[in-house]
Amino acid sequence: MSQPSAPSRANKGGAGRLRERVAAARQRHPFASFLTRRAGTAVLLMLGVTLVTFVLTNLVPGDPAAAALGQRAVEDPAIVAQFRQHYGLDKPLPLQYVTYLGNLLQGDLGESQQSHQAVLTDLRAAVPATIELAGTAIVLSLVIGVAFGVVAALRQDRLTDQVLRVLSLLGVSVPTFWLALLAFYVFFYRLGIAPGSGRLDPGMTAPPDVTGLYTVDAALAGQWPVFWNAVRHLMLPALVLTAYTVGLLTRFTRSAVLEVLGQDYVRAARAKGLPGRTVLTQYVLRAALVPVITVAGLAFGALLSGTVLVESIFAWPGLGAYAYRSATTLDLPAVMGVGLVVGVIYLLVNLAVDVLYGVIDPRVRVS
Amino acid sequence: MRFSVLKRLPSAWRRPLAVTGALVTVFWLVVVLAAPLLAPHDPLAQDLPRLASPGAGHWLGTDELGRDVLSRVLYGARISIPLALLLVALSLLVGGALGACAGFFGRWVDETVMRVADLVFAFPTVILAMVVAAALGANLQNAVLAVLVVSWPSYARVTRGLVMGIRNREFVLSGRLLGFSPWRSLRVDVLPNVLGPLLVLATLDIGTATLLLSGLSFLGLGAKPPAPEWGSMVAAGTQQFDKWWIGVYPGLAILTVVLAFNFLGDTLRDALDPTAARTIGAEKERVA
Repeated sequence: MSQPSAPSRANKGGAGRLRERVAAARQRHPFASFLTRRAGTAVLLMLGVTLVTFVLTNLVPGDPAAAALGQRAVEDPAIVAQFRQHYGLDKPLPLQYVTYLGNLLQGDLGESQQSHQAVLTDLRAAVPATIELAGTAIVLSLVIGVAFGVVAALRQDRLTDQVLRVLSLLGVSVPTFWLALLAFYVFFYRLGIAPGSGRLDPGMTAPPDVTGLYTVDAALAGQWPVFWNAVRHLMLPALVLTAYTVGLLTRFTRSAVLEVLGQDYVRAARAKGLPGRTVLTQYVLRAALVPVITVAGLAFGALLSGTVLVESIFAWPGLGAYAYRSATTLDLPAVMGVGLVVGVIYLLVNLAVDVLYGVIDPRVRVS
Repeated sequence: MRFSVLKRLPSAWRRPLAVTGALVTVFWLVVVLAAPLLAPHDPLAQDLPRLASPGAGHWLGTDELGRDVLSRVLYGARISIPLALLLVALSLLVGGALGACAGFFGRWVDETVMRVADLVFAFPTVILAMVVAAALGANLQNAVLAVLVVSWPSYARVTRGLVMGIRNREFVLSGRLLGFSPWRSLRVDVLPNVLGPLLVLATLDIGTATLLLSGLSFLGLGAKPPAPEWGSMVAAGTQQFDKWWIGVYPGLAILTVVLAFNFLGDTLRDALDPTAARTIGAEKERVA
């Protein structure tokens, strides 16, 4: 499974011997060492994410206390002094960072100037709505994007391919916030097909909170009218969000399939007389769809970006709408909280993608 | 590499997408130059009836303050397009320089630059741009800076890869043996040979830059009112759902600009030789 590279690299000295032992361990448990390496990178990047938000919160021109507390509180010296002490602003920078990390670990992301609640409380309320929306959107994008990409590759340079190419370019070019506005106007205001804003119709009560995802919770409670209502509310914003990712996945899938179609083993499979469908499903798609998984992680990032621009238009009470509100009112602690949480979600998704990729394709683990 | 691009260009340009892209780009460039001549009204004047639907005298309607939407859309080109070009030029300069140093000098330079790039890639783009713009303060200049922060790393990665592929080739080594300093070698032998793919990446990136900048303005983190900026005009449109023309036309302007540059970039990418095209392709997926 893994390449026996240890002996060639073995050399004198303690460091060399250590390297040798690490290499040997890697050979014995290739998958475990792959997981540790990936998890290690993810932890480092997570620290990096906190470093970015720390730097942005504390090194910006202007007084962070003033930025975080707002005008009225700043006029009271006692509040400012307490704030400075709590966030370690009276200490040197590296210590400030340690204090910041300590606060983060206790779930203290500061207080939103707008809602006057802890940012963590606000975020906790917003995350499930966004997960539900982005989750639906990623599933839809994968289904549509992969189908489009496979069709485009099989019909290379024919009309279907050209049309799909223009469609995918349209998808990556359209400003999501504008598409949202247009979709809302056409399907809700004009045609009345789509339900209005929010996650449920106004008269409907939310299902008992288990996961925070209304569709799942409603299904768990057996409240099918609520379930269908939640699905109807999900559809339009999710479809708007998929525009970009479908474009992305179509293009990627197309080139991945084309690359595999040109491989010798595919030609060999054809030459030995296997039926076309068998070649396509057993040989081509199996190989081509594996790298698509890695793009799915990136696509998820694009979706998270999209929610910031789309949710507010549909009054979807998620991270994106919260970010929009915080950005337009320059509520800095809240904006940083969103940055931090989204950064961490994105990292975890990509970690999961990496691991999944390693599980499916053993070659990845040893590289 | 440059030469192969040129050689393949003529046939690539005959494709309908390329022609459409070129025509639309020319149209918008003319608008940028001639907006004062083309616009029927002052984009800031509030002297028309408010919220009038499209019709004679104001073809694309008027907004909530009685300003002519058509004039504002035309003048908006003077904000979005030059800024997008400036942004791409800056990203190319900053990312290209850092990536070239990373690839050419290796070791700690490489480590530092690439780890910082990894940090940027750890965030979804709009989120990081939003966080940076909010921290710096909401204005157009800071929005440009914020987009620069998120956009340089892809140039750095591509440049680094290309430079690493070329730095040990004979003609570079022979230059070094002739006594070229590392800087001179980088400037004279290496950079001219990686420029082609970088320019393609830059063309593909103009669309992304336009989208990001207008997105930040939509969030209220870019252009300040009353500037006729497309993203903030769409934001104003969301306040008046039934008066569709306020938001739809500026958004259409963004779409056509981005689409045109993407058509052009796509053509250039196909004209580029396949291996370089693949590095850029992978990079573009990542930029998402």
